[in-house]
Amino acid sequence: MTGANPFAPTSLEGRSLASQGVAKAGFLVITLLLLIPALGIVGVLLVEGWPGMTLSFLLEKPRENGAAGGIATALVGTIWLTAVALVVALPVGVAAAIYLSEYARDNWLTRTINVAIVNLAGVPSIVHALFGVGAFVHFLQFGKSILAASCTLAVMTLPVVIVATRESLQAVPKAFREATWNLGATRWQTIWRIVLPNSGSGILTGLILVVCRAVGETAPIMFTGAVFFRQLFPNGVFDKTMALSLHLFNVSTQVTNVPRHVPFAVALTLILVVLSMNALAIWFRMRLRGRKKW
Amino acid sequence: MAANAYPPTAPPGQPAWAAALDTRNSAWWQDLVMRVVVMAGGISAILFIVAIFGFIASQGIEFIVHRLDLGALLTGVRWEPTVEPPSYGALPLIAGTAFITLVAMAIAVPLAFGAAVYVGEFARGKQREWLKIGIELLAAIPSVVWGVIGLHVMKPVIQDLFGVQVGLNVLNAGIILGLMAAPIMATIAEDALKAVPDTYREAAESLGATKWQVVWKVVLPHARPGLSAAVLLGIGRAFGETIAVLMASGHRLMIPESIFDSAATLTATIAAELGEAAVGGDHYQVLFVLGMLLFVITFAINLTADWIVRGRRRQA
Repeated sequence: MTGANPFAPTSLEGRSLASQGVAKAGFLVITLLLLIPALGIVGVLLVEGWPGMTLSFLLEKPRENGAAGGIATALVGTIWLTAVALVVALPVGVAAAIYLSEYARDNWLTRTINVAIVNLAGVPSIVHALFGVGAFVHFLQFGKSILAASCTLAVMTLPVVIVATRESLQAVPKAFREATWNLGATRWQTIWRIVLPNSGSGILTGLILVVCRAVGETAPIMFTGAVFFRQLFPNGVFDKTMALSLHLFNVSTQVTNVPRHVPFAVALTLILVVLSMNALAIWFRMRLRGRKKW
Repeated sequence: MAANAYPPTAPPGQPAWAAALDTRNSAWWQDLVMRVVVMAGGISAILFIVAIFGFIASQGIEFIVHRLDLGALLTGVRWEPTVEPPSYGALPLIAGTAFITLVAMAIAVPLAFGAAVYVGEFARGKQREWLKIGIELLAAIPSVVWGVIGLHVMKPVIQDLFGVQVGLNVLNAGIILGLMAAPIMATIAEDALKAVPDTYREAAESLGATKWQVVWKVVLPHARPGLSAAVLLGIGRAFGETIAVLMASGHRLMIPESIFDSAATLTATIAAELGEAAVGGDHYQVLFVLGMLLFVITFAINLTADWIVRGRRRQA
């Protein structure tokens, strides 16, 4: 027998450890309470929607207002809307990010731009929809069309592009820029030859995040270009189109006699696209962080 | 004469050394052009936010100038735009929005702050990375999918659990909105916690404080401005959400009296009625006036949150 362990925690230390354990466990439970719904949603959609996820569901056109047939026109419409939104949002957003990261000084203009970006991201989606109706459908006379809907989506996703791109540009060390400036390069030559190539997948991450937002949004497109039901594939940017998100809203709330698995299958398609794109963005970011060491 | 010919020749009327000093070659002009182009991109953000307000106001301006009775709009209890004579009392919508947002915050604040404290203060290494990814993916779920969950999953659960007739109600929409707002709030709150200097934690721990005491008495009080910004942005999120709340709230145009009543929000009403309102008619214009109201409120919320975060950063 030996005496008492001299390294045994004192009663104060013991209480301290115990309280730390309790606190840690409590906060872990709260965190899981937040994350379990996410897993639950994916689980429910998989269980309920999987029977409906057949190849013909993805490739057939919808019939009877979406109660029968597949989702081909909605899928193609969403691709159109997203692609046009990207074409509009990406150049403007990347330009704004380059300005903010490379040219802007800390003055009132920069502060105003930053406030505008924060607010642009915070404006409710239905207000963006009202803007789209007023500006693109009526004022610019695009009518209800892919172009009007995509422009609305582009304005809405602009902050996402700007923030993601600006972050990636700012991750390029200042010394890179100073080195090229000292060789006599202009600011633009530095940006084009050094900063942009070294900002890696930053712009790509912004692009993916735009796709995620644009694919999932319903309110901004429902009055600007997406329609309830249309069997034709869109034939240009001035056509109306179906969209996956609005189709999901309609088969869940507007159409009667929809088999139960249909909304779940549409939701599953939507969420698989969004989550896989997001996972891709996260992977890019992690790979970048792992590779670049300067 | 090429712009960057060498040796430089003087333009007529100028001494030879002036040309040598003039370094405006093609790269210089290209830089100037690109500077203007990217600056235009930056300024476009300001233009868009001004244009959003301008266009929404312009669609409702005739009504605002000639027929708007702000008192009746904000306090009227009957929203009956299609009845003759129509009545535009938005109080049921305002009450519904406030009630649902309140329930959403009651759910989102503890979840978001709890998750932020765990991820920021307790979790380490791989576990931390995975939790952050999980929160990010939760934020990515589209609002219409949340609506489907409210409609097909939460509705029967609420009906069975509480023995109520109506499953699409304030509680349903509040839970959905709470879960939607929580990831963003958690991310902002975690940033606020991260901004607290480690020396504060070390000082408290060296005095014998337990981890719990460090979090509760040192980190959280110091991060309070950032946390209040997180709550504000969460409110803005919940308040502005449209499709999910339209699907989960039951969309009943009356003032909800209990958590189990169906309700309607400002956003959902615009989404539900804009398609049917005749373009340029009173109903159409009133919906744009509601849009202005939403814009002004979210603008104020975002500005305040931004101001809190920025002011703090300048202080630090």
